[in-house]
Amino acid sequence: MELVEAIILAVLAASTPLLIAATGELVTERSGVLNLGVEGMMIVGAACGFAGAWLTGSIFIGALFGIVAGTLMSLIFALMALGLAVNQVATGLALTILGVGLSGLIGARFVGERITPAAHLYIPGLTDVPLIGRVLFGEDAFVYFSLALIVAVWWFLYRTRPGLILRACGDSHVSAHALGYPVLRIRTFAVMFGGACAGLAGAYLPLAYTPFFIPGMTAGRGWIALALVVFSSWRPGRLVIGAYLFGAVTILQLHAQGWGVGIPSQFMSALPYLATVIVLVLLSRARTGGSTAPAALGTVFVPDR
Amino acid sequence: MQLVLEKRAERSNTIALISPLIAIGLTIVTMVILFAILGKNPLLALHAYFIAPLTDGYSLQEIAVKATPLVMIAIGLSLCYLANAWNIGAEGQFLIGAVAGSWVAVKTQGTDAGAWVLPVMLVLAAVAGALYALIPAICKVKFGASEILTSLMLVYVADLFLDYLVRGPWRDPHGFNFPTTAEFDPVATVPLLIEGGRLHLGSIIALLVVAAVAILLGRTIKGFEIRVVGAAPRAARFGGFNSNQLIILTFAVSGALAGLAGIIEVAGPVGHLQPGISPGYGFTAIIVAFLGRLNPLGILIAGLFLALTFIGGEQAQIAMKIPLDVTKVFQGILLFYVLACDSLILYRFKLVFPNRQVARGTG
Repeated sequence: MELVEAIILAVLAASTPLLIAATGELVTERSGVLNLGVEGMMIVGAACGFAGAWLTGSIFIGALFGIVAGTLMSLIFALMALGLAVNQVATGLALTILGVGLSGLIGARFVGERITPAAHLYIPGLTDVPLIGRVLFGEDAFVYFSLALIVAVWWFLYRTRPGLILRACGDSHVSAHALGYPVLRIRTFAVMFGGACAGLAGAYLPLAYTPFFIPGMTAGRGWIALALVVFSSWRPGRLVIGAYLFGAVTILQLHAQGWGVGIPSQFMSALPYLATVIVLVLLSRARTGGSTAPAALGTVFVPDR
Repeated sequence: MQLVLEKRAERSNTIALISPLIAIGLTIVTMVILFAILGKNPLLALHAYFIAPLTDGYSLQEIAVKATPLVMIAIGLSLCYLANAWNIGAEGQFLIGAVAGSWVAVKTQGTDAGAWVLPVMLVLAAVAGALYALIPAICKVKFGASEILTSLMLVYVADLFLDYLVRGPWRDPHGFNFPTTAEFDPVATVPLLIEGGRLHLGSIIALLVVAAVAILLGRTIKGFEIRVVGAAPRAARFGGFNSNQLIILTFAVSGALAGLAGIIEVAGPVGHLQPGISPGYGFTAIIVAFLGRLNPLGILIAGLFLALTFIGGEQAQIAMKIPLDVTKVFQGILLFYVLACDSLILYRFKLVFPNRQVARGTG
């Protein structure tokens, strides 16, 4: 039983950064913008988040550093892709290349340093309940926040007027513009939200997942988050399922390595990436009745005056 | 005050020519600021980056050696991007090519295999790279899965596969447990052009690739189809061009070139298979492709320029203790400026002051 509990805890921890980053990207894409720079924003968020926590000793300030760093990165993207109407795919790639370099530069002096990782909730009595106690009442703040965030995003997108307008921009920027909505401004906010989430997701890694910073520690999680948004068919509910499934694949392959299954560890490590490819193929294949992606996703919009 | 884009009546050819130069200029200005922030003398740093590598013969050869994989990969990527197919997994195709070619080298090690070894390695690497690139292409064409994500995921898979081989079955038994194969035999090594130098046959192959693709794009129907499918998909449909077939073709060609670049790197400058054979060539080549305006000759020049930043970065690290990551930052910023300046080809930038506009009654 203890092993089951340990595995569930590990799955939640591994899924949380994916969920946070994918939630941000979901909002960005729902507004019609494809920001492929999630990996770059995450890795800068990781470096800045660790720097913030190490300098101040506060996990909360570290998380804020990550959020600000991710948002600043996303503003570069917004300036390029929205302000200057540059191809979004190319701009996103540039953002990732820049982010990898910047994070190495920022994080260089923190490599080898350690911090006290984020505290876990403890409610006497409740947390001690066997099996479910620690799973439900013993997580770090990021885990609870990520779940609150996705509920808030669902509510915003489907139950509020600004959410409806944001989705309208993603489905037809021409119509939204004709109705008088400031498409580019709305999209800029959506991109910034995506950046803030990616920065926070990156910061989660050195602040809670492992208490130190290593260059390249995001290891493709930003790209997996992008795949998760496709997996979810751009719907918040399915995003949660997807993120936890991927977290489970990651953890199970780690445990399988530990149990000494006779498969080389590199093949097990490749599983999450292969799973992403297979899931993308299966899902895209299943969608015969037209695409569920926002109709204007990734297209350039220059308002005519 | 607001920045507004205004579409030009037709694309500006003058700006198309000078925009890469503007981008490089802006990047250098940004780097000066960055060097100053890092507390390094900007002029000395710029000298170490851009001038010092050009002053001695060894570094000049080293630039050509580094430019070889960059140019070969970028030429292939440019075909994909022209056809609006987004192969960003060239790094993985590079590694798989290196692995496939090395297989021959490892299996013939210590035997009296003749001069056929190297040609077979090159062909096998190209085939393996092409097949590896076909996975995302087929997933895209048959199932509609995003080629961007699948091609990138396969980079990590290739990286882990190479790691497994050199730590497992292919490890050099006399290599003190380092994760590497034994040094390749002379018949499995790309010959040097100058005895005792660094320049090798691969650079000649890269030049031939540039010439071949220039002819393909400029002088053949296939090249015309590639350009039309990317630039005007609707027109291409009316013209009866098969865009799916072109995705398959451009991915296969770019995969083959990346694979070839991989084995040339391993059988040339490196001499054996090991993890970390690429300092991100597959990703830097994306920058090379755009900086070269997706044009073969432009890519050749851009490849040499980015190779210069790799060598300059190493020299700046040795001479001034400037971190190697500065080179990556430089490359990322350069790509941003290139893309931003390209926007000038299609649009005019205008600053608009909303109030005055109303007063004049325009807008």
